[in-house]
Amino acid sequence: MDKRWNSLRTTSKIIADKIKKGWIYLALFFTLKIMILKKFNIENKKARDLIPQAITVLALLSVIIYFATNAQINMGNRGISFGFGFLNQEASFDITFSMIEYDGSHSYGRAFLVGLLNTILVSAIGIFFATIMGVVVGISRLSDNYLIAKVAEWYVEIFRNIPLILQIFFWYFAALRALPLPENGINFYDISFLTIKGWYVPKFIWTNFNIFLLSVIAAFIAIYFINSYATKQREQFGKQLPATTISLSTLILIPLIAFLFLGVSLTFEYPVLKQLSPTVFTYAGGVSIIPELIALALALSMYTATFIAENVRAGILGVGKGQKEAAASIGLNKNQILKLVVMPQALRIIIPPTTNQYLNLTKNSSLAAAIAYPDIVLVFAGTALMQTGRAIEIISITMLTYLTLSISISIFMNWYNKKMAIKEK
Amino acid sequence: MVLIAKPSKNNIKTYVPIGLSLVSLSFLDVFLYAFFNLNLTAFLPSQLSYFLPLILGFIGFYLIRIEFSGISSLDILNKNINSSNFNALLTLFTIFIIIKSIPPMLDWFILDANFVGNSKEDCTGDGACWVFIKVWFNRFMYGLYPDAEQWRINTAFLILFATVGVSFFVSEKLKKYFILFLVFVFPFLGIKLISGGSFGLEYVESAAWGGLSLTFIISAFAILFCFPIGVILALGRRSSLPAIKYISIGFIELWRGVPLITVLFMSAVMFPMFLPDGTFIDKLIRVLIAITLFEAAYMAEVVRGGLQALPKGQYEAAKSLGMGYWRMNALIILPQALKLVIPGIANTLLALVKDTPLIFVVGLMELAGMIGLAKTNPKWLGMAMEGYVFAGLVFWVICYAMSRYSQNLEKKLSTER
Repeated sequence: MDKRWNSLRTTSKIIADKIKKGWIYLALFFTLKIMILKKFNIENKKARDLIPQAITVLALLSVIIYFATNAQINMGNRGISFGFGFLNQEASFDITFSMIEYDGSHSYGRAFLVGLLNTILVSAIGIFFATIMGVVVGISRLSDNYLIAKVAEWYVEIFRNIPLILQIFFWYFAALRALPLPENGINFYDISFLTIKGWYVPKFIWTNFNIFLLSVIAAFIAIYFINSYATKQREQFGKQLPATTISLSTLILIPLIAFLFLGVSLTFEYPVLKQLSPTVFTYAGGVSIIPELIALALALSMYTATFIAENVRAGILGVGKGQKEAAASIGLNKNQILKLVVMPQALRIIIPPTTNQYLNLTKNSSLAAAIAYPDIVLVFAGTALMQTGRAIEIISITMLTYLTLSISISIFMNWYNKKMAIKEK
Repeated sequence: MVLIAKPSKNNIKTYVPIGLSLVSLSFLDVFLYAFFNLNLTAFLPSQLSYFLPLILGFIGFYLIRIEFSGISSLDILNKNINSSNFNALLTLFTIFIIIKSIPPMLDWFILDANFVGNSKEDCTGDGACWVFIKVWFNRFMYGLYPDAEQWRINTAFLILFATVGVSFFVSEKLKKYFILFLVFVFPFLGIKLISGGSFGLEYVESAAWGGLSLTFIISAFAILFCFPIGVILALGRRSSLPAIKYISIGFIELWRGVPLITVLFMSAVMFPMFLPDGTFIDKLIRVLIAITLFEAAYMAEVVRGGLQALPKGQYEAAKSLGMGYWRMNALIILPQALKLVIPGIANTLLALVKDTPLIFVVGLMELAGMIGLAKTNPKWLGMAMEGYVFAGLVFWVICYAMSRYSQNLEKKLSTER
């Protein structure tokens, strides 16, 4: 041990020396810069601007070159070459939860896809529930009922100030571990069972699912045309068409036709208790939602909901009182005021910070690795990295994936934001 | 009765006493059932008995809902919790849920909990086993730091708190020196004291550091370094020089687009590949660099918000006084911009503190990590609930205090325009 500490001390001395040298170089750069400026009496703005930029670019380039050469030497020493060919190799490890077909004989590329889909799944669930809870809590904080406002306030104060990772641990290691074993699972009308091994829900079995999907898409296209027609009618002739009712009935009617006449049908496969051995029980059939997913989704949505609630509250408070009064004075009723005057303006304030929260939730879903939910970090940056040892490739792919996810969410939300923004004429 | 006459000022003398007694009766029923398992309405069919408090309370609230009754306390009550049927229902539900959830919580936390003893076997009650926290407390605070040397951590934190405390009471002139000491001298003095290796202090390698003290150490250093880097990045992003501007944008967006956990993974497994063979940088330092750069990117965006919010006139006025870029920013722009974004800065620092438990990915164990270690100890299995409730409380107190302090600071520094 002493040897290691000694080597540590010497290396830290070397590093300290290097840092000292770095300072000297930096000081040298600046004195040189000042000297050049003074000597040639450069008052030209272009030249003055060029020097700091050149220094920054040079410094960045030298750091990158330094890292790259080191990486090359290190990889050469270990006998590995840079490349992404390993993605086609057999992964030979299993993943506990997968939305697509996967087993050990599939490739690393497929394992990556499984992890990515799991990340997207938990993020989507989290965003859905966080939005609902956030809106409810945010509106409750403005309730004229003192108790409700206080309860909402304390919900925000409590869940916002506890680290997310602790909340995930709490749900996973403490709360969900207190659930009963499969044989005494909490029974919801014999349809679904909540146990320590997960939540068993019925499985949907479709016949002619494609036709159903097409009918839903057709319904949405119809709704789009109905709405644009209704808007036209309203703007040109001042006629109010019951667009919402018509859209809703279209959404129900077209899939219903598919069910009745086009051979689409849906049956459920219910989970059934099965005995594996005298003491071990499990459920057969249905879909098992693993406790890792439940804990993660719960913690993510409850944590993010506090931030969304604050955004919603700020947004509604941000709409001037005069707006509501003006709307009331032209004879709009309470629902119309909320729908036509307050919400469109509040949404403009709410959306940008809420986008950030969606991004944060997606990034925070990577904490899955802490409780072994097989997301991209655990599967790819964890297991796959351990097996292949390709640190640079795998970490870069993982980071690039998150960057892509972040950028695509922000592009979508920017588009939505633009749609909602004030259109100045 | 409800249909006979609408409650109004005329029948206030009869309706208010009846209404109030109905409401109190419903609360009493729920209270007795929750605390003493005593059901007043056991003679009724079970469904009715279950919903009776709700019905009674609802009727009671309806009867006392009299506008402009002339009794000020009744008016306040009605306005705050009983303004409509819907609100009355919400009020009843909230109060019932609070009453019902108190006894189990109380039982678990205090009444059935165990406080005395030294091992898991001493925990006989159904409630929490606080013995676990008591026995492991030292580890939760100091990690695997040797017991005999813990006074060094204590001294370092005592000096810190003492200097901060004293600096509140000294004059403005002296305060400057205190702050300079705290920012530039103390961190390195403190870290020397804790790591040792000279002045006759035994060297303690950073792998042994842990517990809450490590949370504080990492947070303090990351805050110290991420703030200036963030300010420089923000200035860089607003710079008129394209190379500096785009490098800053790229740097900020890269860090902001990836989760901290992958950055920590990177510092653990990828970063060593980028260094010359044989160089070894301490794990703690690598983690610190990763967290600092990550939070600096967020800090930069917050500071940029402040810079953008400043009116252009401020820049022009500073330039017209003949100030250069650095003087303008240091004396005119930043003091105003930073004041504007105190809430944002506080939120970033809070996020930083809340992110510290993530260092478990590289094998360092602060408070949450130590609890993970303790709960897997064969002698203490099944103590996850106690451990995480304890850690949650500790972090909650720290974060809540920070957010309150930032709110006060904001109020104190706000200059009305």
